[in-house]
Amino acid sequence: MSVTGLFIILVSGILVNNFVMSKFLGICPFLGVSKQVETAAGMSMAVTFVLTLASIMTYIVQLILVRLGLEYLQTIAFILVIAALVQFVEMVVQKVSPTLYKALGVYLPLITTNCAVLGITIINIQYGYNIIETIVNAIGVAIGFGLAIILFAGIRERLEIADVPSVFKGFPIALITASLMSIAFLGFAGLV
Amino acid sequence: MIGGNEVKIWNTLQNGIIAENPVFIQLLGMCPTLAVSTSAINGIGMGLATTAVLLGSNVVISAVKKIIPDKIRIPAFIVIIATFVTIVGLVMKAFVPALDQALGLFIPLIVVNCIILGRAEAFASKNSVIQSLADGIGMGLGFTLALFVLGTIREIIGAGTIFGNLIFEGYQPALIMILPPGAFLLLGLLLALFNWISVKKARGESR
Repeated sequence: MSVTGLFIILVSGILVNNFVMSKFLGICPFLGVSKQVETAAGMSMAVTFVLTLASIMTYIVQLILVRLGLEYLQTIAFILVIAALVQFVEMVVQKVSPTLYKALGVYLPLITTNCAVLGITIINIQYGYNIIETIVNAIGVAIGFGLAIILFAGIRERLEIADVPSVFKGFPIALITASLMSIAFLGFAGLV
Repeated sequence: MIGGNEVKIWNTLQNGIIAENPVFIQLLGMCPTLAVSTSAINGIGMGLATTAVLLGSNVVISAVKKIIPDKIRIPAFIVIIATFVTIVGLVMKAFVPALDQALGLFIPLIVVNCIILGRAEAFASKNSVIQSLADGIGMGLGFTLALFVLGTIREIIGAGTIFGNLIFEGYQPALIMILPPGAFLLLGLLLALFNWISVKKARGESR
């Protein structure tokens, strides 16, 4: 695999096929943990870590499943690997940064049910990526997720003090903002 | 006694469809909601697949809730859910391959739909099998209804069709509605509409 190919995978993950804005994966944390830039940054770091590790682990698990002819167990096997990883990350974060742990709250264990994580592991297998492409793709997607959620959190901090019609307060205006952001990301289509 | 039980089951069922609609009220399961509601038929297909999984997982989890130790309940729930997702996925591949193609990645991703784990944790692990069955059907239909509403509106505006049939002659479809921005926009507007209705209702009652 050439370096150009890897670069294309990376850019595609960050901008063109941004998981949140154009594939609708990882919407729950995108809407839930985006009230403050700081928590959004923490969340995207936790997701980056889980995403990359999960991609590597599931790549190995898939090799074992194929060897045994058990590909139909893919979903169950992958979700178990991810659940175990999240548990591990949770323990590390709790130890290293109790403030971040508190800020992330319920969303940390919920990374297990973040569709971006299970989504990328399945996409990696579907596209037939090798181990290096898998890692590069995971990093690209994770940066893309972080980019979207941090930008969105920045806008939402401003929205808090904006004069919004009362029925649009909260989620409705957030979704409409996300819609406008998504239009911006559409502009990257055709870049790769 | 039986009458009371029946009323309770009926209430549980209704709760999921309207009063606690998983998408419009609880704001759960956003990823599949936004992603597959590009047409009415996709919305219904995804809704029914999720309903099937929810039904199975709710019944099994409420049946085995006493055996599962509290500490490992979440992984245990996820394995049960993943089992049903695998079954539904294989069945769809065999009998409705076109729909399976259209929904693609989002079939295995039913595993991580927050609605299912949410109902397992909040309802099925605390209630009887029959009640959980009713809850599964109610929540599932509520989810299907929401996807159907979103899918129909997006299909009409974005493609000018309904269930694939052309409705207006010479209508220039607004493609943006079936692209990702349209999903965010429509859901935002619908939520605002529901807010407006409930505010209006509250005002009417206080008068």
